[in-house]
Amino acid sequence: MLEIKNLHVKLEEEDKAILKGVDLTVEAGKVHAIMGPNGSGKSTLAYVLSGREGYEVTEGSVTLEGEEILELEPEERAALGLFLAFQYPVEIPGVGNMTFMRTAVNSIRKARGEEEMSSAEFLKVIRAKAKELKIDAEMLKRPVNVGFSGGEKKRNEILQMAMLEPKMCILDETDSGLDVDAMRLVSEGVNALRDAGRGFLVITHYQRLLDHIKPDVVHIMADGRIVKTGGPELALEVEKNGYGDILSEAGAAA
Amino acid sequence: MTAQPKLGPRAARRAAKIEATAARLNALELPASGQWLRRAREAAVARLGEIGLPDRRDEYWKFTDPASLLKPEPAAAKLFDASDEAEVFGAIDRLKIVFVDGIFDAAASDDLSAEGLEIVRLADAGARDIHWGQELYGTLEAAGQEPVARPLAVLNTALATDGVMIRATRRVERPVALIYRREDTRAELALHHVIKVDPGAEMTLLESGPGAARLATVTEVCVGDGGAFHHVRTQGRDHERRAITHLFARLGEESVFKSFTLTANGALTRNEAVVWLNGKGGSAHVAGAAMGDGAFHHDDTVFITHAAPDCESRQVFKKVLRNGAVGVFQGKILVHREAQLTDGYQISQSLLMDETSQFLAKPELEIYADDVKCSHGSTSGELDPDQLFYLRARGLPEEAAKGLLVLAFLAEALDEIAREDLAEEIRESLRGWVNRHR
Repeated sequence: MLEIKNLHVKLEEEDKAILKGVDLTVEAGKVHAIMGPNGSGKSTLAYVLSGREGYEVTEGSVTLEGEEILELEPEERAALGLFLAFQYPVEIPGVGNMTFMRTAVNSIRKARGEEEMSSAEFLKVIRAKAKELKIDAEMLKRPVNVGFSGGEKKRNEILQMAMLEPKMCILDETDSGLDVDAMRLVSEGVNALRDAGRGFLVITHYQRLLDHIKPDVVHIMADGRIVKTGGPELALEVEKNGYGDILSEAGAAA
Repeated sequence: MTAQPKLGPRAARRAAKIEATAARLNALELPASGQWLRRAREAAVARLGEIGLPDRRDEYWKFTDPASLLKPEPAAAKLFDASDEAEVFGAIDRLKIVFVDGIFDAAASDDLSAEGLEIVRLADAGARDIHWGQELYGTLEAAGQEPVARPLAVLNTALATDGVMIRATRRVERPVALIYRREDTRAELALHHVIKVDPGAEMTLLESGPGAARLATVTEVCVGDGGAFHHVRTQGRDHERRAITHLFARLGEESVFKSFTLTANGALTRNEAVVWLNGKGGSAHVAGAAMGDGAFHHDDTVFITHAAPDCESRQVFKKVLRNGAVGVFQGKILVHREAQLTDGYQISQSLLMDETSQFLAKPELEIYADDVKCSHGSTSGELDPDQLFYLRARGLPEEAAKGLLVLAFLAEALDEIAREDLAEEIRESLRGWVNRHR
């Protein structure tokens, strides 16, 4: 599904390498988690994959279902089925949540050569999906993310994911700022989308999200590289012992 | 014999200004009128002789050069083909009053008789020796010369060739629409409207169209106790037209005044609004959305006076500027000592789409009451890159995302339009502009 090969990235503004050779493959139907200490490059990876400006890829490649995506605009990547759930969802005063989602759904449909969704159908679908995430009608009417609590913003991200039905979902620190109930709601939303045709990359600092969204593979990232890969037990190890042991072990191996 | 005392620079400048104004006034020919209107025109000429015509050195014209508004003949302005767009307010059931190059077009206009409204053209009312409008014509304009002179409004009172006088005697749903068409590249238009909303009455006035190569309108509005006046205006898309408009409004107790203006294109536009909240509990909202691309200079100059307690006022102005367009905002809230519990709000914002465009703002508060709530803010900014990325990451193409953000930026001004169907007409017009200016 998503294949990252030897990805090197630096900040455009300053000559500072952030990713120093990331190799990672997420297969369809699988959930991969990336854990790592602050500053290891996790969020940069999410932004580079989704096409945010400000980063320069100096080496390596990324393909989505075999298609090279690094040269594509963010909207083209979205049309191919890439979705980033933001760590900090952006507030957009003056744009209604409903208008935003409908425009997004139809932009992607148009880019794929599909017919636009009618108002009636869109309303029906979004209401059903919003209900599952306990998002009320009032929240749909408000401007995008404006005045939303941390939990509401994250639920709104998952609602967008559910509406756009992407093939490859990247969740960037989706657990940050969530209380236990919100975490459960968000996780249920994500788990409902798990299926054989869809890949997930879950970026998180803590193990607790992975109690709810069970990963197939866990990667540890440090200093711009994947330093260790394992099963779900790797996340538990981090929870118990912190990153110290793994990092020094990786350091010794290098 | 003593030598003539030498004038200081300030006095010398004033003397030169008065002399230049006198020369200009001597050359004026006042339109033929009946007694009361002739007297009003002559009084205006006399007042203007005292005030003098404006120039760039006047504080109030620091950001906008009035020269092109004062030349005896207007510069020619190319006619603009707006047939790619549905006529604004076209979907609204309205009473149409059409002027072509400033001349009333009876064939294109509706019958002027309507339930709850008395409508008469200035040319007709002014030909009579007596009319209800004579109490108002030029009155608010004259009152509006203090504390800041507005000489171009005085000139309009002297020279206006036509206009409408409307009296609303009860609540009227159907808007009156003034439509200003233009056919001549050089025509000049000077119209003067007088509106009287009786106590408890309500009306909506629409204005649309560029009108002329050079357009000047003065609208004097008197809203009685418990009355309401709604005003929604679009100023036409002709790139080369110039416009100077004045809106004077005097509000009674518990009355409502709401004015919104959409300006897209135009070489020069200055919209002045002068509002007095004279009765307890009144509400005055003046708002505008302006979009300029290239040779565009747009000036909103607003002066709201709270002269009575417990009144509310809002000024909401938004401008989208690109390719060297210039936006100006001069807005003032003056709160008299007796105007306790005033709630005043003023915001002026520009969205600069590139580095060549500029926004000049002069927000002012002058408050003499001690128990008031007044806030003002003025900002210039560009599109937020985080918002843009967020929208694109959800699949919106860059231009569509920018368009959505431009409309979002203007939304607060459009919220000032009370009627949703009118707001939708304006929104449609905006969408058209955004789509064309990518």
